Amino acid sequence: MKNKECIAMLLAGGEGKRLGKLTKKIAKPAVFFGGKYRIIDFTLSNCTNSGIDTVGVLTQYHPLVLNHYIGIGKPWDLDRKEGGVSILPPFIKRKGGNWYKGTADAIYQNMDYIKQYNPEYVLIISGDHIYKMDYERMLRFHKEQKSDATIAVIEVKWKEVNRFGILSVDDNHRVTDFQEKPEETTSNLASMGVYIYTWKVLKQYLENDAVQSKSSHDFGKDIIPAMLNDGIQLTAYPFDGYWKDVGTIDSLWEANMDLLDDETTLKLNDRKWRIYSLNPNQPPQYIAASAIISNSLVNEGCIVFGEVRHSVLFYGVEIGQGSIIIDSVIMPNAKIGNNVTIYKAIVGEGSIIGDGSVVGSPESDEVTLVGNHESIPSEFLSVKEQMGI
Amino acid sequence: MKNVMGIINMINEPDQLEELTYHRNIASVPFAGRYRLIDFILSSMVNSGVTNVGIFTHTKYRSLMDHLGSGKEWDLDRKRSGLFILPPMKEGLDPTNGDLHTLNAHRDYLHRSSEEYVLISRSYMVCNIDFNGLQEFHNENKSDITVVYKETNDIDSFSTRIGMDDSGRVTSMWDPNASPHGNKVSMEMFFLKKSLLLDLIETSLAEGHHSLMKDAIRANIGRLNVFGYSYQGYLGIINTLNSYYRHSMNLLNPNVWRELFFEPGLIYTKIKDEAPTRHIDGGHTSNAMVANGCVIEGSVTNSILFRGVHICKGASVKNSIIMQNGVIHENTAIDHAIIDKDVIVKAERTLIGHERAPFIVVKRKVI
Repeated sequence: MKNKECIAMLLAGGEGKRLGKLTKKIAKPAVFFGGKYRIIDFTLSNCTNSGIDTVGVLTQYHPLVLNHYIGIGKPWDLDRKEGGVSILPPFIKRKGGNWYKGTADAIYQNMDYIKQYNPEYVLIISGDHIYKMDYERMLRFHKEQKSDATIAVIEVKWKEVNRFGILSVDDNHRVTDFQEKPEETTSNLASMGVYIYTWKVLKQYLENDAVQSKSSHDFGKDIIPAMLNDGIQLTAYPFDGYWKDVGTIDSLWEANMDLLDDETTLKLNDRKWRIYSLNPNQPPQYIAASAIISNSLVNEGCIVFGEVRHSVLFYGVEIGQGSIIIDSVIMPNAKIGNNVTIYKAIVGEGSIIGDGSVVGSPESDEVTLVGNHESIPSEFLSVKEQMGI
Repeated sequence: MKNVMGIINMINEPDQLEELTYHRNIASVPFAGRYRLIDFILSSMVNSGVTNVGIFTHTKYRSLMDHLGSGKEWDLDRKRSGLFILPPMKEGLDPTNGDLHTLNAHRDYLHRSSEEYVLISRSYMVCNIDFNGLQEFHNENKSDITVVYKETNDIDSFSTRIGMDDSGRVTSMWDPNASPHGNKVSMEMFFLKKSLLLDLIETSLAEGHHSLMKDAIRANIGRLNVFGYSYQGYLGIINTLNSYYRHSMNLLNPNVWRELFFEPGLIYTKIKDEAPTRHIDGGHTSNAMVANGCVIEGSVTNSILFRGVHICKGASVKNSIIMQNGVIHENTAIDHAIIDKDVIVKAERTLIGHERAPFIVVKRKVI
């Protein structure tokens, strides 16, 4: 097979437990986001827009929807003669075989896939993050710094450092320290889970890590600390733009709301960096004379008779007469009846909300979740905080 | 529907779409916010199980070729059969260059296709139709040719009216220019055996004729069993500017929206990967059909916005159609207008047309 300078390995096996009912039957990267997309569209589109045409997608948890969605990669222009997208589930070898035990193990078990392309560099990314990033620029940085491993970092709020892997760097971007979810630290540079490795270096570390019985086979917990310990060239690539880990109901809701902010740096309309997605072939949205829509994102196939404020509507959503939707995310093909009120909620795909029901409450700080394909009967007045975790 | 090939015949299509067809053929006229006219018949064929479609183009078909591509949006990029674009063999609009000549010139395509039946149609019928019923009807009536028609009082398009006897047999077909007879309008869709089509082409050409409909089919209705098959769904015959505008406005009826775009199948078109539409605070949308990628900061009433349209603050768009990538700047007022692709209307302008004579702005113009 043709050699590739850089290929991508996309970790998409996340269970997404903290997304509760939304990930009951689908893997986290397949969760809907932004009125039209699934979370994984962002990383797949970043790859294709960055000129990376070979992407291995590592799946594990509930892969059916994800596998079907990715298909042969057509929507992202990844249906290529050489390379393209390959789905890589765990498999059985002559001597055993196992589930992926950690992120590093997932890559280790697929070394044969990588070797086919004999790449100089491997980009490792995760399918759970929302951001637009040019990996080609990061690769250029990796080469300029003569780095063995480059980790993309973003500044986070000081009070949130305990949620991330935090890196300390010197003036030359060289990583001097790495702490996983520290309570106290002198840096607020968080790892974005985007790595570029020089393949022959990474290969060595993966092989060494694989035989460590005490290792958790994880990039953040094992590989990076080992590299740091050995003092190889480990650099941090500073990224300033929108980046969000949408691992919880709250952060998923927040990230959707971020799209409605005029100042957001995540511009979905930017034609130079489009986010591609599988198209559901729906007609343009119909907004009735009785409808009021303000500060919202509305996709094709929606039909709106009621009021929608500061919300995100996916394709095929119906909002009945007299209904009011505020600060909410309504996922594909959900049918909202007449005179329904929805506050600060995520309403799952294909759910049905009966006439006169109330979902969430204006007083609550919590995000209310209605699961996929759930039905709320008419005149049901207290659908609140059904987190279902 | 098996064993049926589709033909979309664009040769000498009646066209009074004025500015909308200066640079494109009628098949590729943008319609309904994100489609081209041809999408409706093509999707209907595909949804009915047709997997071999020949597109007989005539003039100005660059934008059509761009739109159809390999046919993958209609699932017609197949290993065997799929989509065939068959351009005219002679240049120009010479009347002796009628559809019979082009069909004959491409007879190898017809011979080589394995299907026994042909469904031949025009490109400008906006409808959503399941042809499986048509095939059953054709067989039950032992029909030679079955014509699809609709009962309608539509008078602002070019259409052929048909007369039928009590058994459902077509007894007459009136020329579009003749005074209207009855309310049965031919949808110019003919279902017949491929062998009969080839025979009709050969015989009519030998007799010095040019037109499939007039000379090969209409001239033979006394001799052949020609039956009419009634279509019940929404129909727009879009070959005049008035019918284009009126049927566009009809789409703002939610019942028409639900019927035309979803039943019995979806309508496919070329994908643009636009983001969902952004309705900004202070914007106002009422009784409108809006495609993806739009940004609405102004007011939009009784109108259709195609993909990627930007309505700036203070702009007011009423009773109008704004095609792809149009930008309407601040405080501009637009009423009863059809604005073609890539048009920029600068601030403080006023464009006002009339229901029977909409204001038309041609492609890529800056006003």
